[in-house]
Amino acid sequence: MSYITTIGLEVHVQLKTRSKMFCACPVEFGAEPNSHTCPTCLGLPGALPVMNHEAVRMTVITGLMLGCDIAPTSKFDRKNYFYPDMPKNYQISQYDMPLCENGSVPLHDLAYPKDAQKTIATPDKEVHLVRIHLEEDVAKSFHFESSTGIDFNRAGTPLMEIVTQPAINSPEEAFAFLTSLKQLLIYGAVSDADMEKGQLRCDCNVSVRPEAQAELGAKIEIKNMNSISGVRRALAYEIQRQTGALERGEKLRQETRGWDDAIGETFLMRTKESAHDYRYFPDPDLVPVKSEMLLEEARARIPELPRAKRTRFVEQYQVSSYDADVLADDLELARYFETAANGAKKPKNVANWILNDLQSALSSASKTISDCPIPPEALDELVNLIESGKISGKQAKEVFAEMFASGKPATKIVKEKGIEQLSDTGEIEAFCDQAITANPKPAADFKAGNAASLNFLKGQVMKLSKGKANPQLAGEILERKLKG
Amino acid sequence: MAKTADLDVAYVAKLARINLTEAETQLFQKQLGSVLEYVEKLRGVDVSQVEASAHAVPMFDVFREDEPRDWFTAKEALSNAPRQANNLFIVTKVIE
Ligand SMILES: [Zn+2]
Repeated sequence: MSYITTIGLEVHVQLKTRSKMFCACPVEFGAEPNSHTCPTCLGLPGALPVMNHEAVRMTVITGLMLGCDIAPTSKFDRKNYFYPDMPKNYQISQYDMPLCENGSVPLHDLAYPKDAQKTIATPDKEVHLVRIHLEEDVAKSFHFESSTGIDFNRAGTPLMEIVTQPAINSPEEAFAFLTSLKQLLIYGAVSDADMEKGQLRCDCNVSVRPEAQAELGAKIEIKNMNSISGVRRALAYEIQRQTGALERGEKLRQETRGWDDAIGETFLMRTKESAHDYRYFPDPDLVPVKSEMLLEEARARIPELPRAKRTRFVEQYQVSSYDADVLADDLELARYFETAANGAKKPKNVANWILNDLQSALSSASKTISDCPIPPEALDELVNLIESGKISGKQAKEVFAEMFASGKPATKIVKEKGIEQLSDTGEIEAFCDQAITANPKPAADFKAGNAASLNFLKGQVMKLSKGKANPQLAGEILERKLKG
Repeated sequence: MAKTADLDVAYVAKLARINLTEAETQLFQKQLGSVLEYVEKLRGVDVSQVEASAHAVPMFDVFREDEPRDWFTAKEALSNAPRQANNLFIVTKVIE
């Protein structure tokens, strides 16, 4: 029997504000535990929350980037639960009036896992969203042998919750969704979206049902995934587990499961019977938010999005659409390319150097484009040296390696190594005359129609010039002299 | 507005993690019931001309700018903690 998989994601994104959502404590990852705390984020009696303007703006920016409807009026509610990571015994969140509704995330081919890019089930798919709301992050818990330790530095960090429609149909699509979303968040400068630092966290709802069945299968939630590839693995495992259970005639029930990345299995955390009842109600300490002004400010900060950048790269720089995809995939790489290509005669060649030599040098040195030892202007200079015929393509590789290792500019290396290519026509002509005089037979052979003899003579010119002659120019001059 | 019968003290106590005896449950059911009954009076007010609002006062957009400042040191933050270790608040082990 065949089965249909339905996946919905709830993604939590920490906004990169300087201070917390409802108090002015600094947001800093990895600080001394409990050193960024105050009466508000410790939930001390009498402390009052005040909204961080920038966090609300960033949420509206995100909403606009994802094509959401921004609510004219929005409000904050208390989500009541009792757990030591939330000292007030409620989390300030948004219940029935979130800042953003609807919208979607387009899944680009390169966002899929590399091994799945050739077999994309629904190309150009857009995953539709239900909503984006703003809330405060909870404290971080450390579970020890017989106790739990709590660090409130994270408590109160502005957190967006992005909820998708149950419209994702495979672990690969979930992977592509998270990759595309992360890219947009980085483009919009609203979050660094680093899953390892907990800046992007994801809960997955996944259900499997026989193809003939109309209603969705039992909704099973998976928590605690800390990488995008982990999400893919957890979903693949869970789909297989649920399909297996259905095939054995077992009935699945709604439950919450955890993911153990080391073992590669999900495990039962709680069943529906112990589901939460949060008793939401409007937070009387906070007044509602009107979005009119925010929208104006947010619109002015919407960046060029990946899709538009790709199209522009093809039009403005005449790079192939694949190259444009790869360049625009990483905002830092795109910035590097534009700086290097600015003023280049053939930006296409700049793109080639970046995507081939530079990328592979970076990856073998375990570096990223942000700590690239060659500044973009220096790469442009190297490409210009080749284009003007000052150095050959082969010499350029040597110069590039030296640039990468030492950070020195190309012209300096060329001078130091004395590898400048000879493009002075007069000097090359002299070498050509010498070569022809010294090798009368090959010269006569070429004149008689043996084209291969030209290569021999060209070799002699290279030898006489100690490899510095521009080989293309040497060939042209020899041909002219012998034919003329 | 909730009716008295909608209030299940035993269930709310469970959500709030409060242990009540049977006698306490009955007592609070009765007492909180009369509080709710009192609030029921609001049902009698004609609100047909009043616009629904999310807040008691017609005020919007109270923000602070995103400027960080320090407040407690870790030592100060932990000064009321019954148990602490390595600058962490220590609580009974909880794993969901
Ligand atoms: Zn604080």
